[in-house]
Amino acid sequence: MLGYVLRRVTIMIPTLLIISIISFVIIQLPPGDYLTSYAAQLRTMGDIVQQEEIDALRQRYGLGQPVYVQYFKWISGIILRGDWGQSMEWQKPVRDLIWERLALTMVLSGVSILVSWFIAIPIGVYSATHQYSIPDYILSIISFVGVGTPGFMLALVIMYVAMTAFGLNVGGLFSQEYLAAPWSWAKVVDMLKHLWIPVLIIALGSTAGSIRTTRANLLDELNKPYVETARAKGLPEGRLVWKYPVRVALNPFFSTVGWSLANLISGETLVSVVLSLQTIGPMMLRALTSQDMYLAGSFLLLLSTMTVLGTLISDILLAWVDPRIRMEA
Amino acid sequence: MATSSEADNLLPQNDLEVAEELKGEEEKIYVAPPWRLMWWRFRRHRMAVVSAVVLAVFYFVAIFCEFVAPYNPEQFFIKYKMAPPTRIHLRDAEGKWHLPFVYRIERSRDEQTMRSLFVEDTSTRYPLRFFVRGDEYKLLGLFKTNIHLFGLTVSRDEQGIFLLGADRMGRDLFSRLCYGARLSLSIGLVGVFLSLILGVILGGLSGYYGGTLDVIIQRVIELIRTIPSIPLWMALSAALPPDWPVVRVYFGITVILSLIGWTWMARVVRGRFLALREEDFVLAARLVGSSEMRIILRHMVPSFLSYIIASLTIAIPNMILGETGLSFIGLGLRPPAISWGVLLQEAQNVRSLALCPWVLTPALAVIIAVLAFNFVGDGLRDAADPYAR
Repeated sequence: MLGYVLRRVTIMIPTLLIISIISFVIIQLPPGDYLTSYAAQLRTMGDIVQQEEIDALRQRYGLGQPVYVQYFKWISGIILRGDWGQSMEWQKPVRDLIWERLALTMVLSGVSILVSWFIAIPIGVYSATHQYSIPDYILSIISFVGVGTPGFMLALVIMYVAMTAFGLNVGGLFSQEYLAAPWSWAKVVDMLKHLWIPVLIIALGSTAGSIRTTRANLLDELNKPYVETARAKGLPEGRLVWKYPVRVALNPFFSTVGWSLANLISGETLVSVVLSLQTIGPMMLRALTSQDMYLAGSFLLLLSTMTVLGTLISDILLAWVDPRIRMEA
Repeated sequence: MATSSEADNLLPQNDLEVAEELKGEEEKIYVAPPWRLMWWRFRRHRMAVVSAVVLAVFYFVAIFCEFVAPYNPEQFFIKYKMAPPTRIHLRDAEGKWHLPFVYRIERSRDEQTMRSLFVEDTSTRYPLRFFVRGDEYKLLGLFKTNIHLFGLTVSRDEQGIFLLGADRMGRDLFSRLCYGARLSLSIGLVGVFLSLILGVILGGLSGYYGGTLDVIIQRVIELIRTIPSIPLWMALSAALPPDWPVVRVYFGITVILSLIGWTWMARVVRGRFLALREEDFVLAARLVGSSEMRIILRHMVPSFLSYIIASLTIAIPNMILGETGLSFIGLGLRPPAISWGVLLQEAQNVRSLALCPWVLTPALAVIIAVLAFNFVGDGLRDAADPYAR
């Protein structure tokens, strides 16, 4: 087991390396160098630009030096000192801006993935065990529509309905009074009150997909001889289904948790923009449109690292549950 | 299990002899060429057939949007800012039946909220006609004509027809939707075509040669899939220079979308190559001395072509959704380009949404298109291997 974990971690390192290179390339994409525009922006805001400060920053990021030197300075700053660079727009170090947003994104994605499983697995199992029944058809149609409806459109519709029918504004994660308040128990409670709408919207897309997968996998399993054997031995139907075929059917499902996490974050980004949640999505969009590249690049790096870590954890869990995986990898 | 062994017994020992014995339906199945078997299978999937028709209609609208749309999409109707969908009547106020017509729309202003109110004036009727003359355009960019699918016979200053209402600037939403179909639906096809090229080459190399090359390509695919696609798309399309012309932005976006899309294609192609590599007919071709190229193109490609077409169909909706999402948040296509995502920008503000909910209709178009592609893809996937089971 330890060997397996070590192997997975070593595979992860080149992945993270390449992801960091991609993020760095994206930071470098806009024309012109970052400091020139930074200084220009400071001037337009009426600040006096200290030449020493600019020079210090130039030294710090290795601007004007070869690209690989710049990359090395950037990544070593992140790893060794936790220095993510400077956000042009916010006039603050990036590290002061990202962590709260990242935490909220993780909470939202994590809760959404759990909710989607919680809904999808029982429905998928029901659909498969009652194949071609009327509820199966209805559920299939609903899940097809769910697959086809992108989350951000659903968010628009829900906002519209809440606005016209109930006069509610469902945007945001906090009430007005907690928006700028420091974290407290009351703020957490307030967040939980707002959380369920975005969670349902984000979960819906992947729920629909998961229902289809669960149903298809379980249908394959239900025809196998071992199910017949168990039935012949007189095992009650409910226990029989949940104990053996469901467990096998869900296996491929958990092994792709990394990808579903990536998909979920993707969908979450747009939903958050529509609902103006205090997560990474809207801030990244703003950073991109104002070419605040250190901030945008950091977000891309963080989100990708998060999915890589998610995949690693799911791989380890899977290997822990299923000894066959440990052996072959 | 029982059914398959019966099927084995039925397999012809001597084709001619058995074909004579089999009558009607069964005989047809044995002698049918593969494409006909596929068609029969596809037809059994009713939703797929319906969806194929829906898609045909959508693409017809996209190709002939100048003809289908009653107005130029940039035409302003100052009188009809945020006008609701024009109602088409068959019965007039006195209960008499007519051919389809619309009433004259009178605009007034609510004294308190200063909002425009649109009221039907039931004393004046305008008949709705097909193939009416309107703005001049070039059909398919070739023939000059001014015939439109439908419209009113009166000049547009007198009365306009807005099937889906008008937007904030008083532009006909239905016309804009038709023109938007052109970009939104074609971006899926072009993007899938690009990812097909990448996917077939890389997936083919990976599956045919195996070994280290396979490992490397598979790692790259896993890596790309680890990065959340929308943030990556956002970052890449934000880097497209803002002064690019529409056409170049369009191709930029398709390239960006296919940078991730090819991974799915490569997986499918690789899987088929791995399966087919071991087949007897490939071995036979190799033994008679066919070249690698000939084995791939002449023997392997035809037998997995149907799979590729099926997975292409399933990949298109992702492209459409990607474009819509990017344009919606302002990082994809930008006005004056018209796509469904660009149209949805109007719906971004919840207040304007509450005033004119019809600006959401492009979302409906997207959902229908995506669903239709999914169903057709489903049907094609079932039909892809007509000899299975």
